[in-house]
Amino acid sequence: MIQPKQAMERRQFLKGTVGAASLVALSGCDNLTQSGWFPSILNKAEELTEAVQQAVTPRDALAKEYGETDISKIFPANGNTDPGTDVYAEHVGQNFSEWMLEVVGLVQTPRSWSLAALKELPSRTQITRHDCVEGWSAIGKWTGVPIGDLLHQVEPLPNARYAVFHCADVDDEGIAYYESIAVADCYHPQTMLAYELNNVPLDVPHGAPLRLRFERQLGYKQAKYVMKIELVESLVGIGGGNGGYWEDQGYEWYAGI
Amino acid sequence: MALLIQWEEAVSREEDHMSNAEPSVSVAPSSANPPTVSSLPATERVYRHRLPVRISHWLNVPFLIILIMSGLQIFNAHPALYWGDRSDRDKALLSIRPVVAESGEVKGVTTILGHQFDTTGVLGYSDGMSRAFPAWATVPSAKWLAMGRQWHLFFAWLFVINGFIFTAYAFVSRHATRDLAPTSSDLRGIGKSVKDHLVFRHPSSDEAKRYNVLQKLAYAGILFIIAPLIVLTGLAMSPTIDAAFPWILIILGGRQAARTIHFIACFSFVGFIVIHVLHVILTGFLNNVRSMITGWFTVTHVKY
Repeated sequence: MIQPKQAMERRQFLKGTVGAASLVALSGCDNLTQSGWFPSILNKAEELTEAVQQAVTPRDALAKEYGETDISKIFPANGNTDPGTDVYAEHVGQNFSEWMLEVVGLVQTPRSWSLAALKELPSRTQITRHDCVEGWSAIGKWTGVPIGDLLHQVEPLPNARYAVFHCADVDDEGIAYYESIAVADCYHPQTMLAYELNNVPLDVPHGAPLRLRFERQLGYKQAKYVMKIELVESLVGIGGGNGGYWEDQGYEWYAGI
Repeated sequence: MALLIQWEEAVSREEDHMSNAEPSVSVAPSSANPPTVSSLPATERVYRHRLPVRISHWLNVPFLIILIMSGLQIFNAHPALYWGDRSDRDKALLSIRPVVAESGEVKGVTTILGHQFDTTGVLGYSDGMSRAFPAWATVPSAKWLAMGRQWHLFFAWLFVINGFIFTAYAFVSRHATRDLAPTSSDLRGIGKSVKDHLVFRHPSSDEAKRYNVLQKLAYAGILFIIAPLIVLTGLAMSPTIDAAFPWILIILGGRQAARTIHFIACFSFVGFIVIHVLHVILTGFLNNVRSMITGWFTVTHVKY
Protein backbone atom coordinates (compact mmCIF):
# COMPACT_ATOMS: atom_id res chain seq x y z
CA MET A 1 0.00 0.00 0.00
CA ILE A 2 1.08 3.54 -0.64
CA GLN A 3 1.57 5.60 2.51
CA PRO A 4 -0.48 8.80 2.65
CA LYS A 5 2.67 10.92 2.95
CA GLN A 6 4.25 9.32 -0.12
CA ALA A 7 1.04 9.74 -2.06
CA MET A 8 0.99 13.38 -1.04
CA GLU A 9 4.57 13.95 -2.20
CA ARG A 10 3.92 12.23 -5.49
CA ARG A 11 0.75 14.22 -5.94
CA GLN A 12 2.65 17.46 -5.42
CA PHE A 13 5.39 16.37 -7.80
CA LEU A 14 3.00 15.42 -10.56
CA LYS A 15 1.01 18.59 -10.12
CA GLY A 16 4.17 20.65 -10.26
CA THR A 17 5.52 19.23 -13.48
CA VAL A 18 2.77 18.02 -15.76
CA GLY A 19 0.24 20.37 -14.21
CA ALA A 20 2.32 23.48 -14.84
CA ALA A 21 2.82 22.53 -18.47
CA SER A 22 -0.86 22.13 -19.13
CA LEU A 23 -1.95 25.13 -17.09
CA VAL A 24 -1.24 27.68 -19.80
CA ALA A 25 -3.03 25.68 -22.49
CA LEU A 26 -5.87 24.91 -20.15
CA SER A 27 -6.71 28.42 -19.00
CA GLY A 28 -6.58 29.55 -22.61
CA CYS A 29 -8.94 26.77 -23.67
CA ASP A 30 -11.31 27.47 -20.79
CA ASN A 31 -11.46 31.14 -21.74
CA LEU A 32 -12.24 30.21 -25.33
CA THR A 33 -14.89 27.73 -24.18
CA GLN A 34 -16.61 30.46 -22.17
CA SER A 35 -16.54 32.91 -25.07
CA GLY A 36 -19.53 33.12 -27.36
CA TRP A 37 -17.70 33.05 -30.65
CA PHE A 38 -15.31 30.15 -30.26
CA PRO A 39 -17.81 27.33 -29.64
CA SER A 40 -19.74 28.52 -32.70
CA ILE A 41 -16.56 27.93 -34.75
CA LEU A 42 -16.10 24.49 -33.17
CA ASN A 43 -19.69 23.76 -34.21
CA LYS A 44 -18.76 24.01 -37.88
CA ALA A 45 -17.05 20.62 -37.63
CA GLU A 46 -20.49 19.01 -37.18
CA GLU A 47 -21.66 20.14 -40.64
CA LEU A 48 -18.42 18.93 -42.24
CA THR A 49 -18.62 15.58 -40.44
CA GLU A 50 -22.25 15.12 -41.48
CA ALA A 51 -21.58 16.04 -45.11
CA VAL A 52 -18.56 13.73 -45.40
CA GLN A 53 -20.14 10.81 -43.53
CA GLN A 54 -23.31 11.06 -45.64
CA ALA A 55 -21.24 11.20 -48.81
CA VAL A 56 -19.37 7.98 -47.99
CA THR A 57 -22.31 6.07 -46.48
CA PRO A 58 -24.87 4.44 -48.79
CA ARG A 59 -28.33 5.59 -47.72
CA ASP A 60 -29.52 2.07 -46.92
CA ALA A 61 -26.25 0.70 -45.48
CA LEU A 62 -27.29 -1.38 -42.48
CA ALA A 63 -25.81 -1.16 -39.03
CA LYS A 64 -24.26 -4.54 -38.20
CA GLU A 65 -26.78 -7.08 -36.92
CA TYR A 66 -25.44 -9.52 -34.34
CA GLY A 67 -26.36 -13.03 -33.23
CA GLU A 68 -28.31 -14.11 -30.14
CA THR A 69 -25.09 -15.05 -28.33
CA ASP A 70 -23.76 -11.49 -28.67
CA ILE A 71 -26.58 -9.91 -26.63
CA SER A 72 -25.40 -8.00 -23.53
CA LYS A 73 -26.42 -9.62 -20.24
CA ILE A 74 -27.09 -6.19 -18.82
CA PHE A 75 -28.33 -3.44 -21.12
CA PRO A 76 -27.71 -0.19 -19.20
CA ALA A 77 -30.57 2.30 -19.00
CA ASN A 78 -29.28 5.87 -19.20
CA GLY A 79 -30.80 9.35 -19.08
CA ASN A 80 -34.32 9.44 -17.73
CA THR A 81 -35.24 6.01 -16.40
CA ASP A 82 -38.81 6.89 -15.40
CA PRO A 83 -40.89 9.82 -16.68
CA GLY A 84 -42.30 10.06 -13.15
CA THR A 85 -45.48 11.93 -14.10
CA ASP A 86 -48.95 10.98 -12.83
CA VAL A 87 -50.22 10.53 -16.37
CA TYR A 88 -47.40 8.14 -17.21
CA ALA A 89 -47.88 6.25 -13.94
CA GLU A 90 -51.51 5.74 -14.94
CA HIS A 91 -50.40 4.28 -18.29
CA VAL A 92 -48.04 1.92 -16.45
CA GLY A 93 -50.98 0.85 -14.26
CA GLN A 94 -53.06 0.11 -17.37
CA ASN A 95 -50.15 -1.75 -18.96
CA PHE A 96 -50.18 0.93 -21.70
CA SER A 97 -53.53 -0.27 -23.08
CA GLU A 98 -54.58 3.36 -23.59
CA TRP A 99 -51.22 4.54 -25.01
CA MET A 100 -51.65 6.26 -28.38
CA LEU A 101 -49.00 7.14 -30.93
CA GLU A 102 -49.91 10.19 -33.02
CA VAL A 103 -48.26 11.07 -36.32
CA VAL A 104 -49.02 14.69 -37.16
CA GLY A 105 -47.62 17.84 -38.74
CA LEU A 106 -46.72 18.09 -42.43
CA VAL A 107 -48.64 14.99 -43.52
CA GLN A 108 -51.52 14.34 -45.89
CA THR A 109 -53.56 12.35 -43.36
CA PRO A 110 -52.62 12.63 -39.70
CA ARG A 111 -53.53 9.58 -37.69
CA SER A 112 -52.88 7.72 -34.49
CA TRP A 113 -52.38 4.12 -33.47
CA SER A 114 -52.93 2.35 -30.19
CA LEU A 115 -50.06 0.21 -28.94
CA ALA A 116 -52.09 -2.91 -29.79
CA ALA A 117 -52.69 -1.63 -33.33
CA LEU A 118 -48.96 -1.01 -33.82
CA LYS A 119 -48.21 -4.55 -32.71
CA GLU A 120 -50.61 -5.82 -35.39
CA LEU A 121 -48.50 -4.20 -38.12
CA PRO A 122 -45.62 -6.08 -39.77
CA SER A 123 -42.68 -6.01 -37.37
CA ARG A 124 -38.93 -6.12 -37.68
CA THR A 125 -36.48 -7.68 -35.22
CA GLN A 126 -32.85 -6.63 -35.15
CA ILE A 127 -29.93 -7.38 -32.82
CA THR A 128 -27.86 -4.23 -32.87
CA ARG A 129 -25.21 -2.36 -30.93
CA HIS A 130 -26.17 0.72 -28.97
CA ASP A 131 -23.27 3.18 -28.73
CA CYS A 132 -23.62 5.71 -25.96
CA VAL A 133 -22.03 9.13 -26.36
CA GLU A 134 -20.26 8.41 -23.06
CA GLY A 135 -18.31 5.61 -24.70
CA TRP A 136 -19.97 2.35 -23.68
CA SER A 137 -21.68 -0.13 -26.04
CA ALA A 138 -24.41 -2.69 -25.38
CA ILE A 139 -26.03 -5.18 -27.74
CA GLY A 140 -29.78 -5.76 -27.62
CA LYS A 141 -32.54 -7.40 -29.62
CA TRP A 142 -35.20 -4.92 -30.63
CA THR A 143 -38.63 -5.67 -32.10
CA GLY A 144 -40.81 -2.91 -33.46
CA VAL A 145 -42.51 -1.19 -36.36
CA PRO A 146 -40.38 0.38 -39.10
CA ILE A 147 -41.20 4.10 -39.08
CA GLY A 148 -41.19 4.13 -42.88
CA ASP A 149 -44.29 1.89 -42.79
CA LEU A 150 -46.13 4.45 -40.66
CA LEU A 151 -45.06 7.34 -42.90
CA HIS A 152 -46.36 5.53 -45.99
CA GLN A 153 -49.79 5.59 -44.35
CA VAL A 154 -49.78 9.28 -43.38
CA GLU A 155 -48.08 10.48 -46.59
CA PRO A 156 -45.60 13.23 -45.66
CA LEU A 157 -45.85 16.50 -47.57
CA PRO A 158 -42.89 17.43 -49.79
CA ASN A 159 -41.69 20.14 -47.39
CA ALA A 160 -41.48 17.78 -44.38
CA ARG A 161 -37.75 17.67 -43.53
CA TYR A 162 -37.57 16.53 -39.91
CA ALA A 163 -39.46 13.99 -37.81
CA VAL A 164 -39.70 15.26 -34.23
CA PHE A 165 -40.30 12.66 -31.52
CA HIS A 166 -42.23 14.03 -28.56
CA CYS A 167 -41.77 11.99 -25.41
CA ALA A 168 -43.63 11.49 -22.12
CA ASP A 169 -40.68 12.31 -19.88
CA VAL A 170 -39.79 15.66 -18.35
CA ASP A 171 -36.55 16.45 -16.53
CA ASP A 172 -36.13 17.86 -13.02
CA GLU A 173 -36.73 21.37 -14.34
CA GLY A 174 -39.92 20.37 -16.14
CA ILE A 175 -38.39 20.47 -19.63
CA ALA A 176 -40.02 17.90 -21.92
CA TYR A 177 -37.78 15.45 -23.71
CA TYR A 178 -37.84 15.42 -27.50
CA GLU A 179 -35.57 14.35 -30.33
CA SER A 180 -35.51 14.68 -34.11
CA ILE A 181 -34.08 12.95 -37.17
CA ALA A 182 -34.29 13.65 -40.91
CA VAL A 183 -37.51 12.40 -42.55
CA ALA A 184 -35.32 10.74 -45.19
CA ASP A 185 -33.68 8.65 -42.43
CA CYS A 186 -37.12 7.45 -41.26
CA TYR A 187 -37.24 5.22 -44.35
CA HIS A 188 -34.01 3.40 -43.42
CA PRO A 189 -35.05 -0.23 -42.86
CA GLN A 190 -33.61 -0.33 -39.31
CA THR A 191 -35.25 2.91 -38.14
CA MET A 192 -38.17 1.80 -36.02
CA LEU A 193 -40.33 2.35 -32.99
CA ALA A 194 -39.40 -0.59 -30.79
CA TYR A 195 -41.83 -2.15 -28.30
CA GLU A 196 -39.75 -5.17 -27.25
CA LEU A 197 -36.21 -5.56 -25.94
CA ASN A 198 -34.80 -9.10 -25.82
CA ASN A 199 -38.22 -10.73 -26.48
CA VAL A 200 -40.09 -8.97 -23.68
CA PRO A 201 -42.12 -5.74 -23.78
CA LEU A 202 -39.94 -2.70 -23.07
CA ASP A 203 -39.66 -1.97 -19.36
CA VAL A 204 -39.92 1.54 -17.95
CA PRO A 205 -36.15 2.24 -17.68
CA HIS A 206 -35.66 1.30 -21.35
CA GLY A 207 -38.50 3.50 -22.65
CA ALA A 208 -41.84 1.67 -22.33
CA PRO A 209 -43.97 1.35 -24.30
CA LEU A 210 -42.26 2.78 -27.44
CA ARG A 211 -38.78 4.01 -28.17
CA LEU A 212 -36.97 5.09 -31.28
CA ARG A 213 -34.23 2.89 -32.73
CA PHE A 214 -32.04 4.88 -35.12
CA GLU A 215 -29.16 2.49 -35.37
CA ARG A 216 -26.50 4.43 -37.22
CA GLN A 217 -26.30 7.22 -34.66
CA LEU A 218 -25.40 7.51 -30.97
CA GLY A 219 -27.58 6.49 -28.03
CA TYR A 220 -28.90 9.94 -27.14
CA LYS A 221 -30.88 9.99 -30.41
CA GLN A 222 -32.84 6.87 -29.32
CA ALA A 223 -35.79 8.71 -27.76
CA LYS A 224 -37.80 6.80 -25.14
CA TYR A 225 -41.51 7.04 -24.13
CA VAL A 226 -42.52 8.23 -27.63
CA MET A 227 -46.07 9.66 -27.78
CA LYS A 228 -46.07 11.69 -30.95
CA ILE A 229 -44.15 12.03 -34.21
CA GLU A 230 -44.46 15.49 -35.71
CA LEU A 231 -43.20 16.19 -39.22
CA VAL A 232 -41.85 19.70 -39.63
CA GLU A 233 -39.90 21.82 -42.09
CA SER A 234 -37.70 23.52 -39.50
CA LEU A 235 -36.61 22.77 -35.96
CA VAL A 236 -36.74 26.43 -34.95
CA GLY A 237 -39.31 27.06 -32.24
CA ILE A 238 -39.39 23.48 -30.97
CA GLY A 239 -37.86 23.15 -27.49
CA GLY A 240 -34.61 25.12 -27.53
CA GLY A 241 -34.57 25.05 -31.32
CA ASN A 242 -31.61 22.69 -31.72
CA GLY A 243 -33.58 19.57 -32.55
CA GLY A 244 -33.53 17.69 -29.28
CA TYR A 245 -33.24 17.71 -25.51
CA TRP A 246 -29.54 16.85 -25.57
CA GLU A 247 -28.89 19.05 -28.58
CA ASP A 248 -30.24 21.99 -26.56
CA GLN A 249 -27.51 21.18 -24.02
CA GLY A 250 -24.68 21.38 -26.53
CA TYR A 251 -24.60 17.90 -28.07
CA GLU A 252 -24.52 17.66 -31.86
CA TRP A 253 -27.76 17.10 -33.78
CA TYR A 254 -25.75 14.91 -36.14
CA ALA A 255 -24.76 12.07 -33.83
CA GLY A 256 -23.08 9.82 -36.39
CA ILE A 257 -19.77 9.95 -34.47
CA MET B 1 40.60 1.47 -36.19
CA ALA B 2 36.92 1.67 -35.48
CA LEU B 3 37.16 5.42 -35.24
CA LEU B 4 38.84 5.64 -38.62
CA ILE B 5 36.15 3.58 -40.34
CA GLN B 6 33.43 5.70 -38.79
CA TRP B 7 35.17 8.82 -39.91
CA GLU B 8 35.62 7.55 -43.47
CA GLU B 9 31.92 6.79 -43.60
CA ALA B 10 31.18 10.32 -42.55
CA VAL B 11 33.33 11.74 -45.32
CA SER B 12 31.80 9.53 -47.98
CA ARG B 13 28.34 10.56 -46.88
CA GLU B 14 29.39 14.17 -47.12
CA GLU B 15 30.48 13.55 -50.72
CA ASP B 16 27.16 11.88 -51.46
CA HIS B 17 25.39 14.99 -50.35
CA MET B 18 27.64 17.20 -52.44
CA SER B 19 27.06 15.17 -55.58
CA ASN B 20 23.32 14.91 -55.02
CA ALA B 21 21.34 17.15 -57.34
CA GLU B 22 18.67 17.91 -54.77
CA PRO B 23 20.08 17.11 -51.37
CA SER B 24 17.77 16.83 -48.44
CA VAL B 25 20.54 18.11 -46.22
CA SER B 26 22.27 20.84 -48.14
CA VAL B 27 25.49 22.43 -47.01
CA ALA B 28 25.23 26.14 -46.33
CA PRO B 29 26.53 28.44 -49.05
CA SER B 30 29.12 29.77 -46.61
CA SER B 31 31.08 26.54 -46.65
CA ALA B 32 31.90 26.55 -50.33
CA ASN B 33 34.85 24.20 -50.14
CA PRO B 34 33.99 20.55 -50.02
CA PRO B 35 35.13 19.37 -46.62
CA THR B 36 38.34 17.41 -46.75
CA VAL B 37 40.31 15.46 -44.22
CA SER B 38 42.45 18.39 -43.23
CA SER B 39 40.06 21.35 -43.38
CA LEU B 40 36.84 20.56 -41.58
CA PRO B 41 35.21 23.77 -40.38
CA ALA B 42 34.61 23.91 -36.64
CA THR B 43 30.93 24.61 -37.15
CA GLU B 44 28.74 24.34 -40.19
CA ARG B 45 25.21 25.50 -40.87
CA VAL B 46 22.98 23.05 -42.70
CA TYR B 47 19.45 23.55 -44.01
CA ARG B 48 17.76 20.77 -42.11
CA HIS B 49 13.98 21.24 -42.16
CA ARG B 50 12.10 22.55 -45.16
CA LEU B 51 9.20 24.98 -44.77
CA PRO B 52 6.22 22.58 -45.20
CA VAL B 53 7.70 20.27 -42.57
CA ARG B 54 8.19 23.16 -40.15
CA ILE B 55 4.65 24.49 -40.61
CA SER B 56 3.12 21.05 -40.24
CA HIS B 57 5.25 20.37 -37.14
CA TRP B 58 4.23 23.52 -35.27
CA LEU B 59 0.54 23.18 -36.19
CA ASN B 60 0.60 19.75 -34.59
CA VAL B 61 1.73 21.19 -31.26
CA PRO B 62 -1.60 22.86 -30.35
CA PHE B 63 -3.60 20.27 -32.31
CA LEU B 64 -2.17 17.34 -30.36
CA ILE B 65 -2.34 19.04 -26.96
CA ILE B 66 -6.01 19.88 -27.52
CA LEU B 67 -6.85 16.45 -28.97
CA ILE B 68 -5.20 14.64 -26.05
CA MET B 69 -6.78 16.83 -23.37
CA SER B 70 -10.27 16.88 -24.91
CA GLY B 71 -9.91 13.13 -25.48
CA LEU B 72 -9.29 12.63 -21.77
CA GLN B 73 -12.45 14.70 -21.11
CA ILE B 74 -14.42 12.28 -23.33
CA PHE B 75 -12.79 9.26 -21.67
CA ASN B 76 -13.88 10.60 -18.28
CA ALA B 77 -17.54 10.13 -19.30
CA HIS B 78 -16.99 6.35 -19.17
CA PRO B 79 -13.58 5.73 -17.61
CA ALA B 80 -13.12 2.09 -18.54
CA LEU B 81 -11.74 0.16 -21.51
CA TYR B 82 -12.73 -3.21 -22.93
CA TRP B 83 -12.08 -5.59 -25.84
CA GLY B 84 -14.64 -6.72 -28.43
CA ASP B 85 -17.90 -4.96 -29.26
CA ARG B 86 -19.56 -4.74 -25.84
CA SER B 87 -18.61 -2.92 -22.67
CA ASP B 88 -19.44 -5.60 -20.10
CA ARG B 89 -18.65 -3.91 -16.78
CA ASP B 90 -17.19 -7.09 -15.27
CA LYS B 91 -14.75 -7.52 -18.15
CA ALA B 92 -12.96 -4.17 -18.15
CA LEU B 93 -9.27 -4.22 -19.10
CA LEU B 94 -8.76 -0.89 -17.39
CA SER B 95 -10.92 1.25 -15.16
CA ILE B 96 -10.31 4.43 -13.22
CA ARG B 97 -12.92 4.95 -10.52
CA PRO B 98 -13.53 6.60 -7.17
CA VAL B 99 -14.03 4.12 -4.34
CA VAL B 100 -15.42 4.99 -0.92
CA ALA B 101 -13.28 3.37 1.77
CA GLU B 102 -14.77 2.04 5.03
CA SER B 103 -13.61 5.20 6.76
CA GLY B 104 -15.77 7.21 4.40
CA GLU B 105 -12.70 8.58 2.65
CA VAL B 106 -12.86 8.60 -1.16
CA LYS B 107 -9.93 7.06 -2.99
CA GLY B 108 -9.06 6.98 -6.67
CA VAL B 109 -8.52 3.39 -7.77
CA THR B 110 -7.04 2.45 -11.13
CA THR B 111 -7.50 -1.18 -12.13
CA ILE B 112 -5.37 -2.57 -14.95
CA LEU B 113 -5.98 -6.19 -15.97
CA GLY B 114 -7.25 -6.98 -12.48
CA HIS B 115 -4.40 -5.26 -10.61
CA GLN B 116 -5.52 -2.38 -8.42
CA PHE B 117 -3.49 0.76 -7.80
CA ASP B 118 -4.25 3.63 -5.43
CA THR B 119 -4.04 6.71 -7.64
CA THR B 120 -5.81 9.15 -5.33
CA GLY B 121 -5.02 12.75 -6.20
CA VAL B 122 -4.38 12.10 -9.88
CA LEU B 123 -6.59 9.34 -11.29
CA GLY B 124 -10.08 8.53 -10.05
CA TYR B 125 -10.30 11.19 -7.36
CA SER B 126 -8.57 14.55 -7.44
CA ASP B 127 -9.09 17.97 -5.86
CA GLY B 128 -12.16 16.72 -4.04
CA MET B 129 -13.82 15.52 -7.25
CA SER B 130 -14.65 12.06 -8.53
CA ARG B 131 -13.18 12.10 -12.01
CA ALA B 132 -10.85 9.75 -13.89
CA PHE B 133 -8.34 12.25 -15.29
CA PRO B 134 -7.86 15.39 -13.19
CA ALA B 135 -9.10 18.86 -14.15
CA TRP B 136 -5.63 20.02 -15.22
CA ALA B 137 -5.44 17.26 -17.85
CA THR B 138 -8.76 17.85 -19.63
CA VAL B 139 -10.31 20.37 -22.02
CA PRO B 140 -12.47 21.95 -20.79
CA SER B 141 -11.19 21.57 -17.23
CA ALA B 142 -14.69 21.08 -15.76
CA LYS B 143 -16.60 17.87 -16.44
CA TRP B 144 -18.36 18.74 -19.71
CA LEU B 145 -18.65 15.94 -22.26
CA ALA B 146 -20.57 17.92 -24.91
CA MET B 147 -17.91 20.66 -25.01
CA GLY B 148 -15.05 18.14 -24.91
CA ARG B 149 -16.55 16.46 -27.99
CA GLN B 150 -16.84 19.76 -29.82
CA TRP B 151 -13.16 20.56 -29.23
CA HIS B 152 -12.11 17.01 -30.09
CA LEU B 153 -14.11 16.61 -33.31
CA PHE B 154 -13.11 20.07 -34.59
CA PHE B 155 -9.39 19.61 -33.97
CA ALA B 156 -9.56 16.05 -35.28
CA TRP B 157 -10.42 17.53 -38.67
CA LEU B 158 -7.52 19.99 -38.50
CA PHE B 159 -5.16 17.17 -37.47
CA VAL B 160 -6.35 14.98 -40.36
CA ILE B 161 -6.07 17.78 -42.93
CA ASN B 162 -2.58 18.70 -41.69
CA GLY B 163 -1.64 15.01 -41.78
CA PHE B 164 -2.83 14.59 -45.37
CA ILE B 165 -0.92 17.66 -46.57
CA PHE B 166 2.24 16.57 -44.74
CA THR B 167 2.02 13.01 -46.07
CA ALA B 168 1.51 14.19 -49.65
CA TYR B 169 4.46 16.56 -49.30
CA ALA B 170 6.66 13.95 -47.61
CA PHE B 171 6.23 11.49 -50.47
CA VAL B 172 6.32 13.96 -53.36
CA SER B 173 9.44 15.67 -52.00
CA ARG B 174 10.94 12.30 -51.07
CA HIS B 175 11.36 13.50 -47.47
CA ALA B 176 9.74 10.24 -46.39
CA THR B 177 11.96 7.92 -48.38
CA ARG B 178 15.19 9.89 -48.09
CA ASP B 179 15.14 11.24 -44.53
CA LEU B 180 12.66 9.11 -42.61
CA ALA B 181 12.93 5.58 -43.99
CA PRO B 182 15.76 3.70 -42.26
CA THR B 183 18.35 2.26 -44.66
CA SER B 184 19.59 -1.29 -44.30
CA SER B 185 22.87 0.02 -42.89
CA ASP B 186 20.85 2.08 -40.40
CA LEU B 187 19.09 -1.07 -39.31
CA ARG B 188 22.35 -2.97 -38.94
CA GLY B 189 23.55 -0.25 -36.58
CA ILE B 190 20.46 -0.38 -34.42
CA GLY B 191 22.18 -2.17 -31.53
CA LYS B 192 24.88 0.48 -31.29
CA SER B 193 22.29 3.25 -31.55
CA VAL B 194 20.28 1.77 -28.69
CA LYS B 195 23.44 1.59 -26.53
CA ASP B 196 24.35 5.18 -27.43
CA HIS B 197 20.87 6.41 -26.50
CA LEU B 198 20.92 4.55 -23.19
CA VAL B 199 24.06 6.40 -22.10
CA PHE B 200 22.78 9.68 -23.62
CA ARG B 201 25.59 9.75 -26.20
CA HIS B 202 24.15 11.59 -29.17
CA PRO B 203 25.43 11.91 -32.71
CA SER B 204 27.60 14.90 -33.45
CA SER B 205 29.48 16.26 -36.44
CA ASP B 206 28.31 14.84 -39.78
CA GLU B 207 26.35 12.15 -38.00
CA ALA B 208 24.12 14.88 -36.62
CA LYS B 209 23.14 16.14 -40.08
CA ARG B 210 20.84 13.22 -40.61
CA TYR B 211 18.41 11.39 -38.40
CA ASN B 212 19.84 8.41 -36.53
CA VAL B 213 18.12 5.06 -36.84
CA LEU B 214 16.08 5.27 -33.64
CA GLN B 215 15.02 8.78 -34.57
CA LYS B 216 13.92 7.58 -38.01
CA LEU B 217 11.99 4.67 -36.54
CA ALA B 218 10.32 6.93 -33.96
CA TYR B 219 9.31 9.55 -36.53
CA ALA B 220 8.22 7.05 -39.19
CA GLY B 221 6.36 5.01 -36.57
CA ILE B 222 4.45 7.95 -35.14
CA LEU B 223 3.75 9.54 -38.56
CA PHE B 224 2.87 6.51 -40.63
CA ILE B 225 1.63 3.95 -38.09
CA ILE B 226 0.34 5.59 -34.89
CA ALA B 227 -1.21 8.70 -36.48
CA PRO B 228 -3.21 6.77 -39.13
CA LEU B 229 -4.16 4.23 -36.45
CA ILE B 230 -5.52 6.90 -34.11
CA VAL B 231 -7.63 8.35 -36.93
CA LEU B 232 -8.88 4.91 -38.01
CA THR B 233 -9.79 3.87 -34.46
CA GLY B 234 -11.47 7.25 -33.94
CA LEU B 235 -13.59 6.72 -37.04
CA ALA B 236 -14.31 3.14 -35.94
CA MET B 237 -16.17 4.51 -32.92
CA SER B 238 -18.64 6.19 -35.31
CA PRO B 239 -21.76 4.04 -35.77
CA THR B 240 -22.35 5.60 -39.21
CA ILE B 241 -18.82 4.78 -40.41
CA ASP B 242 -19.24 1.24 -39.02
CA ALA B 243 -22.36 0.81 -41.18
CA ALA B 244 -20.57 2.15 -44.27
CA PHE B 245 -17.30 0.21 -43.77
CA PRO B 246 -18.01 -2.92 -41.68
CA TRP B 247 -14.48 -4.26 -42.29
CA ILE B 248 -12.98 -1.58 -40.01
CA LEU B 249 -14.39 -3.16 -36.85
CA ILE B 250 -13.56 -6.63 -38.12
CA ILE B 251 -9.85 -5.81 -38.38
CA LEU B 252 -9.78 -3.83 -35.14
CA GLY B 253 -11.61 -6.42 -33.04
CA GLY B 254 -14.83 -4.56 -32.24
CA ARG B 255 -15.98 -1.09 -31.28
CA GLN B 256 -14.77 -1.25 -27.68
CA ALA B 257 -11.47 -2.70 -28.92
CA ALA B 258 -11.19 0.28 -31.27
CA ARG B 259 -11.74 2.59 -28.29
CA THR B 260 -9.02 0.78 -26.34
CA ILE B 261 -6.57 0.99 -29.28
CA HIS B 262 -7.44 4.68 -29.67
CA PHE B 263 -6.48 5.19 -26.01
CA ILE B 264 -3.22 3.23 -26.38
CA ALA B 265 -2.35 5.20 -29.54
CA CYS B 266 -3.06 8.41 -27.59
CA PHE B 267 -0.58 7.42 -24.90
CA SER B 268 1.91 6.40 -27.61
CA PHE B 269 1.70 10.03 -28.71
CA VAL B 270 2.15 11.18 -25.10
CA GLY B 271 5.20 8.92 -24.74
CA PHE B 272 6.61 10.11 -28.07
CA ILE B 273 6.14 13.77 -27.11
CA VAL B 274 7.88 13.29 -23.74
CA ILE B 275 10.89 11.50 -25.28
CA HIS B 276 10.99 13.90 -28.24
CA VAL B 277 11.04 17.02 -26.04
CA LEU B 278 13.61 15.38 -23.74
CA HIS B 279 15.93 14.83 -26.72
CA VAL B 280 15.35 18.35 -28.02
CA ILE B 281 16.57 19.60 -24.64
CA LEU B 282 19.49 17.16 -24.31
CA THR B 283 20.94 17.66 -27.80
CA GLY B 284 21.07 21.45 -27.88
CA PHE B 285 17.75 23.07 -27.14
CA LEU B 286 18.25 26.41 -28.90
CA ASN B 287 19.90 24.92 -31.98
CA ASN B 288 17.11 22.34 -32.31
CA VAL B 289 14.28 24.79 -31.81
CA ARG B 290 15.89 27.34 -34.14
CA SER B 291 16.28 24.71 -36.84
CA MET B 292 12.58 23.84 -36.59
CA ILE B 293 11.72 27.56 -36.89
CA THR B 294 14.22 28.80 -39.52
CA GLY B 295 15.29 25.49 -41.03
CA TRP B 296 18.99 26.11 -40.31
CA PHE B 297 20.83 23.74 -38.02
CA THR B 298 24.34 24.19 -36.73
CA VAL B 299 26.64 21.18 -36.72
CA THR B 300 29.73 21.25 -34.56
CA HIS B 301 32.55 19.18 -35.95
CA VAL B 302 34.61 17.11 -33.59
CA LYS B 303 38.33 17.16 -34.28
CA TYR B 304 40.04 13.79 -34.08
